[in-house]
Amino acid sequence: MFSRIQARLGALLDKFEKPIQWLITLCGWSSIIFVVAIFFFIFKEAAPVFPHLNWGEFFFSHRWIPVPAEGNEPVYGAMGIMYGTFAITVVSMFIAMPLGLGAAVYISEFATPKLKETLKILIEFLAAIPSIIWGFIGLVIMGPIIQNVFGIEVGVNLLNASIVVGLMAVPLIVSISEDSLRAVPDSYREASLALGASKWEMIYRVLFPAAKNGLLAACMLGVGRAVGETMAVWMASGGTDNMPTNYFDPMLLLERVKALTATIAGEIPETVHGSEHYQVLFVIGIVLLMISVVINVVSDLIIKGIHTDKNA
Amino acid sequence: MESTNPFAPSPVEKRKATTESIVKWAMFGMAILLIVPVFAILFQLFYKASPVLSFSYLWDSPKNLGREGGIWLPLIGTFYLVVVSLLLVAPIGILAGIYINEYAPNNWLTRIINMAVTSLAGVPSIVHALFGVGAFVLTLGMGQSLMAAACTIAVMTIPVIVTATREALAAVPMAFREACWNMGATKWQTIRTIVLPNSISGILTGVILEISRAAGETAPILFTGAAASVAVRMSSLGDKLMPYQLDERFMALSYHLHVVAEKIAGMPEEMQYGTAAVLIGLILFINSFSIILRVFLRSRKKW
Repeated sequence: MFSRIQARLGALLDKFEKPIQWLITLCGWSSIIFVVAIFFFIFKEAAPVFPHLNWGEFFFSHRWIPVPAEGNEPVYGAMGIMYGTFAITVVSMFIAMPLGLGAAVYISEFATPKLKETLKILIEFLAAIPSIIWGFIGLVIMGPIIQNVFGIEVGVNLLNASIVVGLMAVPLIVSISEDSLRAVPDSYREASLALGASKWEMIYRVLFPAAKNGLLAACMLGVGRAVGETMAVWMASGGTDNMPTNYFDPMLLLERVKALTATIAGEIPETVHGSEHYQVLFVIGIVLLMISVVINVVSDLIIKGIHTDKNA
Repeated sequence: MESTNPFAPSPVEKRKATTESIVKWAMFGMAILLIVPVFAILFQLFYKASPVLSFSYLWDSPKNLGREGGIWLPLIGTFYLVVVSLLLVAPIGILAGIYINEYAPNNWLTRIINMAVTSLAGVPSIVHALFGVGAFVLTLGMGQSLMAAACTIAVMTIPVIVTATREALAAVPMAFREACWNMGATKWQTIRTIVLPNSISGILTGVILEISRAAGETAPILFTGAAASVAVRMSSLGDKLMPYQLDERFMALSYHLHVVAEKIAGMPEEMQYGTAAVLIGLILFINSFSIILRVFLRSRKKW
């Protein structure tokens, strides 16, 4: 019975080979369509503010006063917010890159097959934890720890957000670095070991140079992840924009910061559709979109190598 | 006289061996440092949630803005969000994967398609939310609703399914296809009868990953349909199982966690931990299926 239905259905499907091919082709192009649509709709919502937004102020002022006191003009200076995103990205990468690369090298070169499998599954679980859970961990669990360790009033700050974002970016860095280390042919390893190199010398003299593109791309994608992270950053960073005078003051780690993503998430619900504030938040969306697309396209080119048409 | 062993390690070799073992343990430490604290935190999370975790916590609706009661409404909301978004994204994503691996010619257009998939995967979730507002909520007139949120999630998770499908199809040996073509089958017949059945586990892995993403994401549903509380009638079992319409706002577990953690004063701690524990439990449960599936796949691989 079931097999007969299956055969009938199969015959029916085969009759429509041409339309099915068209449908498949259309779906194949869907990703391009959606990327174009994302650009189109975000530009469409932001466009009305383009002519009268003070761009100099937007990029180089850190006074973000979208809802001013009575009688004042709103000020949209996003530099303080961009600094926040930048600071979280840099500090989180200081955490994520060594941990991620170290773990990837261990998994790919030192671990026994069983341990390797276990570690990979655990790191996969780590990657599956949603960002709202990370935000909750930052707010409710790490916050009090940071308060106690440093003796400060508020535990949500740059350090907290960076640790959380760093841990979120690690699984991505591990899996891509591990892939690129595995892609190095075993003959490289064998040649190097046969010449008397220790395993560590083999790793940093042979494997790292051979896999450097993949490792670089892994770090770039980690940066992309950190820049685009929303919920965790929103809940763990404190949400106040400020512009430091001395960028190398370690106390900055305990300052609250505000990120581009968190600004959009926090302020869109307070705005009226079509208001200037709403449109400026879409401009911030454009900035984020540009950063992420550039990072992804460049790292994609790095991984695959820039194919010049030698054969064509 | 002391006999010298000609094979004893020289000082240089000893130094190398020491460095190597230091490096090895340092890297092992890094891997452990990644995993142990996170699992300790998750353990603490479940421990603190244990007082409220019970069947009635899952089955009761939130009362008093989530300060009392359970999490039934957010839980069923997440379920509906996942189902609707999966119905939207699975056909498109799987067909797109088939196109890229089976039909696409090796030219610049295919490179652009692949690049679009990677870019789509890298677009920040909050930008997807803005896109959802512009496209679905406003332009297509869906308003803030379950449908708009599901569409936004669907667009965001297309790369997950496309990538998984593409890899699953690429793993089917070319000889399988060639054998089928030689029997006189057309391209589509080959795909339907040979390629898809042999790659179904890999495709299912992608579907499972999509489900876990859709259940956990918060940012894309922030402005497209998630609500902190909804007023629904709860008189009958039917109402309880189908509390939402496609064109209405809904509650979701992830957004509920954000609300109870940050937005409402006087929230009992165990309610926060309870919501977090259920969400993370759900995600880990879903993901364990993909791992089981992969082990199963490897054990019955025919080639």
